[in-house]
Amino acid sequence: MSVAQRPSMRSSIDRPRPPVAWLSTGALALVIIGGILMASYAPRKAPLGVATGLLVAAVLLLASAGVLLVGIKDFSRTTFLKVFKWSALAYLVTAAMIEFAFVRDHTRGASLFIVTCMLVIFALSVPTTIAFTTARFADD
Amino acid sequence: MTDTVQGVAPTPTVGQSSDRPKIQIVPLKGLPFAAAAVVFVVVAIAGNWQWALMFAHVAGGGLWTGIDLFVGLVLGPILGHLSIPARAEFSAKFMPKMVLIMPTVVMMTLASGFQVARKLGNLYATSPNHSWLIASFCVVGVMAVIALGILEPANIAVLFEMNKPVPNGELIGRLMKRFIYTAGITGLMQVATLIIMTRVATQ
Repeated sequence: MSVAQRPSMRSSIDRPRPPVAWLSTGALALVIIGGILMASYAPRKAPLGVATGLLVAAVLLLASAGVLLVGIKDFSRTTFLKVFKWSALAYLVTAAMIEFAFVRDHTRGASLFIVTCMLVIFALSVPTTIAFTTARFADD
Repeated sequence: MTDTVQGVAPTPTVGQSSDRPKIQIVPLKGLPFAAAAVVFVVVAIAGNWQWALMFAHVAGGGLWTGIDLFVGLVLGPILGHLSIPARAEFSAKFMPKMVLIMPTVVMMTLASGFQVARKLGNLYATSPNHSWLIASFCVVGVMAVIALGILEPANIAVLFEMNKPVPNGELIGRLMKRFIYTAGITGLMQVATLIIMTRVATQ
């Protein structure tokens, strides 16, 4: 028994795509490691050098994902933007909640700045991965 | 030319657009409950309300661990043995609920858990629980990367595929495999969470 498939469907699965989702997931992994580092020192001040390094690497990975994304031809940007918009809203709420907890716990200065930047990467990388994974198989 | 997926019956669920209702990817009826949970946790943190923080952590953590264990170790293997149309039909009902439930319970658990740990002094390096908490952060970190980087994108992509006039059975099958494997891994990691949390509670 079988489910028939159109040739165009087969190509939408196997069409090679740049590793946007891997890069954005890599950025997410780096900020999560940075977050664990910062949280493991709380309420003391965490060593900011390592956290800054992780943050910079995460920014580079996410920026690379963005550059690759812009360069893709034959890609459903409508689906990407639709999914990105709504998932970004959801993850912004989550990020804002985590930021609130850090502020409430008296995190200030450079530590707060790094945490905030990490949360921005978090709130952008997850929607990028979700939206890219969805849009890469979209037909329009 | 047609390609085929072996062992799959041609049912209206996958492959025909005839009478399939559109799937609501995020169940709107559930949003007020998710919003109420967010407000509850924010109020608990803002007010340093110990009972509410503990409630959010225990209730959220219990649900998170229970759902992950059940889905990863019970439902996942069952789904793996179903035909693709059967998986698709189950997923159409199941995944939209997970899209809303899981981020909500994870947010409740983590936000309140950090505050509980801070209040109980478990975050201090001198606390006997400190190393267990770091281990728990690492387990949660791995689960977060798997869930947010692999599992959730696959879930949403499956739901979008099923909303197409002619869903692609092979694609749904591939994405569901990701779901089954990653749900199994997070299920196993929840066993580690149970060990860590019971250690923390009894030190």
